Amino acid sequence: MLSLLQIAFLVAAFLTIVSAIMVVTTPSMVHAALWLILALAGAAVFFIILNAGFLAVVQIAVYIDAIAIMIIIVVMLTEGATRQQIRQVSKTWWAAAIAAILLFVGLIAIFLQTPSLIAEAPALVMSQDAILEDLGTALVDVNRYIIPFEIASVLLLAALIGSIMVAWPLVKGDKKEEVEA
Amino acid sequence: MIPLSWYVMFSAALFSVGLYGALARRNALAILMAIELMLNAVNINLVAFWRYITPDYIAGQVFALIVFTVAASEAAVGLALIISIYRRRNTVAAEEIDMLKW
Amino acid sequence: MIDILKDPINWIGDLLSTWLVGLGLLPAFVTFLLQLLSAVILATTLLLLTFILIWAERKIVARIQDRLGPNRVGPFGVFQTVADLLKLVTKELITPEGVDRLPYNIAPLLTVAAVVGLWGVMPLAPTLLGADINVGVLYIISIGAIGTLGILLAGMSSNNKYALLGAFRTVAVMISYAVPMVLALLIPVLLSGSMGMQAIVVGQRGAPYFLLAPVAGIIFFVSSLAEVGRAPFDLLEADSEIVAGYNIEYSGLKFGMFFVAEFLHAFTISALTATLFLGGWSGPWVDLYPILGTLYFLIKTSIVYFVVIWIRGSFPRIRIDQMNALNWKFITPVALAGLIFTAVAEKVAVELELQRVIVHLGSSVLLIVLIIVVLGIYARITRRQAKAPAIAG
Repeated sequence: MLSLLQIAFLVAAFLTIVSAIMVVTTPSMVHAALWLILALAGAAVFFIILNAGFLAVVQIAVYIDAIAIMIIIVVMLTEGATRQQIRQVSKTWWAAAIAAILLFVGLIAIFLQTPSLIAEAPALVMSQDAILEDLGTALVDVNRYIIPFEIASVLLLAALIGSIMVAWPLVKGDKKEEVEA
Repeated sequence: MIPLSWYVMFSAALFSVGLYGALARRNALAILMAIELMLNAVNINLVAFWRYITPDYIAGQVFALIVFTVAASEAAVGLALIISIYRRRNTVAAEEIDMLKW
Repeated sequence: MIDILKDPINWIGDLLSTWLVGLGLLPAFVTFLLQLLSAVILATTLLLLTFILIWAERKIVARIQDRLGPNRVGPFGVFQTVADLLKLVTKELITPEGVDRLPYNIAPLLTVAAVVGLWGVMPLAPTLLGADINVGVLYIISIGAIGTLGILLAGMSSNNKYALLGAFRTVAVMISYAVPMVLALLIPVLLSGSMGMQAIVVGQRGAPYFLLAPVAGIIFFVSSLAEVGRAPFDLLEADSEIVAGYNIEYSGLKFGMFFVAEFLHAFTISALTATLFLGGWSGPWVDLYPILGTLYFLIKTSIVYFVVIWIRGSFPRIRIDQMNALNWKFITPVALAGLIFTAVAEKVAVELELQRVIVHLGSSVLLIVLIIVVLGIYARITRRQAKAPAIAG
């Protein structure tokens, strides 16, 4: 008899894998973006099952509310090119499928040789509040993870400035193109 | 109840689906979406290992948080590049963007 | 056995759960069933509450504009909204040709779901809460932005250039105003030391956070108004702007869902402001009779909702470039400065063992003085530039 948590895991896993397959096979970009949102929401469910509630909410806030909306807006802006019915899947898609299946089989073969993966989940010693507080303290503690934290902030600043400069509207010297709006 | 092997198999499957998408699609946006799927698979793997092996050592969640940051900045810059290339070359197919300035 | 007068809803819950467990179901399943039932009841109550909200808005705006408002259907026009709903339900659902069906049909559902989902973490009473998660504030931010997704899908899938333009403008404004809203949301988190909503309300037992950080409260209120799309920021769906924006291709009940979502969202941000800055369910005798907490919560939310309607009736509409300039040049720097001032004041109050309320009031006064000084300098520079003719181009 499957427990409630196992049923939740199987349902979420099924949903996420089906959405991921739809993302990579559907020819319409808009539908692919919507399936991607469903796959990302499924991943958030996994974070909740793994007792990482903060990461689940951050996943929704970063991926669905920022990245997915950006992708949909860019899909709309580049609609002219995709509606020209270019071939969405390249001619050598069978090689990609073989590579993906080989990778999956190889990873599973390696995992099955490790006995400790059959372990059950150990009980959590810290409460959810303590985990959250530990996460916050760890990110600014001088002896722990402040350096990755600061580097990530600098990376975000660089990405912010870089993407604004790259996507600046055309100035007089560039080749003029009609921008679909 | 849920052994760790389930999580590992699931994230391997998600990663493989993302890999197929990144290799087989021509549209640059579709490649970007497949890359996001791969990053998500990695994140789930990291948090599963944190939960099962070292639940009282917060490094696993910190790692996953940094991966979120990197994914967000990489998506932003990638989308800006796609818009810029679309404006100049009027195409988003990844194999047609194969010449530098002519 | 909890006294029925003190806490009726938990009393009914306990009664149902003992009866269901007595029937032989598993206790975990009974908990799940009761939570499902309470979610359904909460969502239905909210959607039925919009009848009163829309009627109240129409009457109050009418009185501000020196006219009567609906007064024919029922006493004081109370059933006007019911008549409007019946009209919307009986209208034909026209789907224009060439729309993308999947996003077109999902968009109204997403918008309503985002708003109703916000009430899952709203503390209605000391013992009445949907889900006491310890990242409640972050949950509000993320679920609130799913409404943005719904609007984007609506404008994008209608086969209509004006809907697309309206949706782009709406999404740009919503994403821009989410930045100061998040920064202003961080200030109650700082003051209470936790991201959970119940902990924030409990932390306001001494003094509501509006006294400690009025600037943050006003910034949160104003940026939430812009997020919802209420006046004076209602350029996004006003009838005279871009032909009513992202929902022009929707008719019948699908438009009704957008309509309901907008009014319910305005009520929800009033509830959020009341919870985060005015004290939520706290008030006299709330420990003895927890059901009084819900009454206080509703009173505070209604006061803030009245202010929302009042603002709608009093201010002219703001243009889109004025909206963006206001956000990035004024509200976001003020929110950042407020966050820094609050953090410093909190540290000073703890280190120097001073009265917390007085230190925070002092820092707020200092912030307001700083804002006025900077605005004065900016005005002087602008005046000098306007007087002297520009020499270079």
